[in-house]
Amino acid sequence: MFQRHKFKFPAIVPLLFLIVVCTPVSRVAASVSSHSSTETAADTTFLYDEDLIVEQEFNAGKMIMEHVVDNHEWHIATLGHTHVTIPLPVILLYEGEIHAFWSSEFHNPAHSHNGFVLEHGKIHAEENPGKSVHDFSITKTVLAILFSSVLMLWIFISIANRYRRNPVSAPKGMQSLLEPLIIFVRDDIAKSSIGEKKYEKFMPYLLTIFFFIFLNNLLGIVPLFPGGANVTGNIAVTMVLAVFTLILTTINGNRHYWIDIINTPGVPWWLKIPVPLMPVVEIIGIITKPFVLMVRLFANITAGHIVVLGFVCLVFIFGSISASLGYGVSLVSVAFIVFMDLLEILVAFIQAYVFTLLSALYFGLATIETEKH
Amino acid sequence: MELITPGLGLIFWMAVPFLILLLLLRKFAWKPILKSLKDRETSIHDALHAADLAKEEMKQLQFSNEELLRQAKDERDAILRDARKVRDAIIEESKEKAKEEAARIIASARESIQNEKMAAMTDLKNQLAEVSLEIATKVLEHELADARKQEAFIRQQLNKVHFN
Repeated sequence: MFQRHKFKFPAIVPLLFLIVVCTPVSRVAASVSSHSSTETAADTTFLYDEDLIVEQEFNAGKMIMEHVVDNHEWHIATLGHTHVTIPLPVILLYEGEIHAFWSSEFHNPAHSHNGFVLEHGKIHAEENPGKSVHDFSITKTVLAILFSSVLMLWIFISIANRYRRNPVSAPKGMQSLLEPLIIFVRDDIAKSSIGEKKYEKFMPYLLTIFFFIFLNNLLGIVPLFPGGANVTGNIAVTMVLAVFTLILTTINGNRHYWIDIINTPGVPWWLKIPVPLMPVVEIIGIITKPFVLMVRLFANITAGHIVVLGFVCLVFIFGSISASLGYGVSLVSVAFIVFMDLLEILVAFIQAYVFTLLSALYFGLATIETEKH
Repeated sequence: MELITPGLGLIFWMAVPFLILLLLLRKFAWKPILKSLKDRETSIHDALHAADLAKEEMKQLQFSNEELLRQAKDERDAILRDARKVRDAIIEESKEKAKEEAARIIASARESIQNEKMAAMTDLKNQLAEVSLEIATKVLEHELADARKQEAFIRQQLNKVHFN
């Protein structure tokens, strides 16, 4: 049975994509009219209240987006009409002043507190919506970053202590699980891309990004509380990682690296002399390399999550047509979700590997020896 | 749209903890781990190298033992060969000597036999002469018993004598 689905899989992906993309907004309007609330129709913010949407027609696009993007609180489950959420601190910088309060303060019909309004996941000032509020809240993603950082510190410092205590004995437990990965990063990523002589300098960074991305990719697949945040599928996170790679590449670039950018070898002179076409392309290349790193990781992880969530949504979409149809589809969906999750585990590793490998390659290019010429 | 617009707050909260994480891990985790991995690798490498050397040495030792054994065997063989040669030489020499001695003894025996024979012959000759003389004397005494025969014999003898 499973095999038959496997063959159908390529055909069903575009279909799903269509469902995911087309559903979002159209049904929301319909849901409002049947809603028996005291709110006025002008209160558009209420359109996005989960309470209403859940009870009304199911909106797959909105549900997926909510799960994929960052949030000011950590929603764990909805039991009947109660939302089990972890309130997170909201920290705002507005007109030079810091405002800090719990995100649960927004749990009122107007979604406002202290002159700030939470709308579509963004906070702005009530009386002056155009003026920007700098939002430094500890959001779901930030908490997940902090959690995974603490987890990494705990794991790696504890295994480092074991290494320190028994330097030459065989690895044990967690150590033997991670040692092959550490050696893999060292030998197959750093040494082969940067070279024997200079790889050591970049090892701490490469190991940190590898394990940070890998751990967060894996935690992103876990749907329960400490996991489930889409950290590596958040463009700000991947942007920071890519910018770190860019900074390290730039400050470690040797003379040869910059000469190659300004005067690219192996290119006809007329591409350089009257109009400095190649140098411009190369300089753009400095930026596009990390940009591609950023987009690749973000897109891969987010796409994986969207596909899994799409299968989950299928159950509710068919369920809203008829309950038995929902149950029937759920069997298929669960099979696909299991398959996707397995694929995601693979992708978690591959994306961590690719990000680290490409960073290492860029460092290798920046520090290449001139002896070739 | 929110999906692809990086938020400032999140950038801050990603960059700062990540930087702290990087620095802490570098100091407390990666440095000791990488150092100890390297140490372990060098120690394993050294141990393997030492084992190789020991094996080589062992082989050398075994080889030299074999060489020694072979030399000892050769030496034994040489000694045996020499001994055999010496023995053969001694036997040969003794045989030669014995032959010579025998020849000498035979020669001296032959000589003494000759001598004895000669002595015996001489003795026999002497005895024969004596016996002959006695017989002759007896014959003469018997022949010359009467005076006429004596005279006749003397005359006969005197006739034989020729005076110059």
